[in-house]
Amino acid sequence: MVTSSRAPRRSSISWTGWRHAAAILAACVFAVFATERLGYRLTVLLMLGFLLKVVEGRGWLQTLLFAFGLAFGSFFLFYTLLRVPLPEGPLGF
Amino acid sequence: MAETLHNLYIGFSVALSPNVLLYAFVGCVIGTLVGVLPGVGPLAGISLLLPVSFGLDPTAAIVLLAGIYYGAMYGGSTTSILMRIPGEAASVMTCIDGYEMTRKGRAGAALAIAAVGSYVAGTVSIVGLMLLAPPLASFALRFGPPEYFALLLLGLLVLAYMSGGSVSKSLAMAVLGLLLGMIGIDPMTGFFRFSYGLVELGDGIGVVPVAVGLFGLSEILLTAGQPTAPEVKKPRLRELLPSREEWRDSFWPIGRGTVLGFLIGIIPGSAHILSSFVSYAVERRLSKHPERFGHGAIEGVAGPESANNSATSGAFVPMLALGVPSGPIPAVMIAAMMVHGVSPGPLLIAQQPQLFWGFIASMYVGNVVLLILNLPLVGIFVNVLKVPYPLLYPTILIFCVLGVYAVNGSVVDLGIMTVMGALGYVLRKFDFETAPVVLGLILAPMMEMSFRQSLSMSSGSYSIFVNRPIALVMLVVGLALLLLSVAPWLMKTLDWRQRFGLASGQEKEGM
Repeated sequence: MVTSSRAPRRSSISWTGWRHAAAILAACVFAVFATERLGYRLTVLLMLGFLLKVVEGRGWLQTLLFAFGLAFGSFFLFYTLLRVPLPEGPLGF
Repeated sequence: MAETLHNLYIGFSVALSPNVLLYAFVGCVIGTLVGVLPGVGPLAGISLLLPVSFGLDPTAAIVLLAGIYYGAMYGGSTTSILMRIPGEAASVMTCIDGYEMTRKGRAGAALAIAAVGSYVAGTVSIVGLMLLAPPLASFALRFGPPEYFALLLLGLLVLAYMSGGSVSKSLAMAVLGLLLGMIGIDPMTGFFRFSYGLVELGDGIGVVPVAVGLFGLSEILLTAGQPTAPEVKKPRLRELLPSREEWRDSFWPIGRGTVLGFLIGIIPGSAHILSSFVSYAVERRLSKHPERFGHGAIEGVAGPESANNSATSGAFVPMLALGVPSGPIPAVMIAAMMVHGVSPGPLLIAQQPQLFWGFIASMYVGNVVLLILNLPLVGIFVNVLKVPYPLLYPTILIFCVLGVYAVNGSVVDLGIMTVMGALGYVLRKFDFETAPVVLGLILAPMMEMSFRQSLSMSSGSYSIFVNRPIALVMLVVGLALLLLSVAPWLMKTLDWRQRFGLASGQEKEGM
């Protein structure tokens, strides 16, 4: 019932993906501090730019298309259509 | 009986009128969308659309809101199965086996069984609602604080059956959840506890950031870093439907889940998550292959999904029969009814039969609509998995962030999600089961409140828990379950000596 002998040995746990995980967590921490200061769309743009370009190494065109599309698209869906309040930044968007 | 059928006829004639049918359909679609998005739960969806319903007539308004509620239950299971992100707290249990089935390429089967199980549970429990509303409501009213405490304690003890691995690890996670649930304003004295100066923590740690972080974010953290793409076998078209064996295996779990969920749902104030937890534990206990749970057992999807759908119907029993809201969502619906000048209460059925029966009939209709919506969409949803993961996970991440922020408009919730995501990542690496944390988090404030109220009622004497029959029965059942789970360990200790003696006996015989 209480056996820990069935748990994986501590040395057998693989931490290989930790850099990736740390980058994603850093992006989330950035979101925590930036969402209300920079506004939703700018924050998401920067997060996606970081994740897609720096972490995943995708091309510039794909990154920019995807980031702009998702940031502005999700804002439109939630703020304009569903009227969920999302913060706007100092640049007006 | 004839009167019931006559009333049902009135109800269906109301529910199938094109106007009401349209609103039921719209509600179901919106509900499914709301359920699929992590974070934005049915309560948020209903609250957002409440002003829209002011302009409608009462029946259409209630039907719209109920459609959202139902749709959200269906939609929440979709993301749980496909991406291990619970759409709302009640879908947490479906994540466990549902996602494992997705990994094995059985995503279509899991989604189909969840849809069918939800449909069966919803329909059967509506029949129960219809026939049994008044007597069940009076039973539910006999639940006082001691009974609540016993029920919630039973829910925690049921955790002993949850995992096949270490029971102490599951219980440790439940205790972690209980500790997290203590954060907030003390319900009886009003002092801030453990808030560290953050005013937003006065309401306690929300269950949405914790569930999304502990399940969704930790899943992203775990799979994004893997060098090879996550192993999700893309199912062929024929594999989208469940096999005959899977249908057969799900039959009894759906039945049991329906009954369990309905009973737990009618108790005012009980959490729906309890119904899916109890159903999972019961299925695991009664299964002939308990080791399959946690690795893609279809019973682990069918049971909890049915349970949380019938808990939804059960939650309407006190609302309609007595006007007592059994949770925040029925409370909002009561508010919607009152805005239209309909006062819910025992006289509702007599005074406004077309509202009550129209509501019941629209739930039948809504279930059929959702089944029709969901089954073909299974193929489309599964195609979402074909998007390459490096593009998929940022999308999921943004929706998680958006959903968690949208609940309260507070970045503290985002911080909680991030912390729980990191915690979930570490816990999963060390092979801890994370679902009990959510259970403990939800149960802690309720347990504490009932416990203190019970002791206030009895002026400090603990005998109140054993003097009241319902509470006593539940405590005894919980104790029995706990002892039963310890029994194999005890048996093994005794058996060792016997086996030793038997082996030497056999040796002598063999010679």
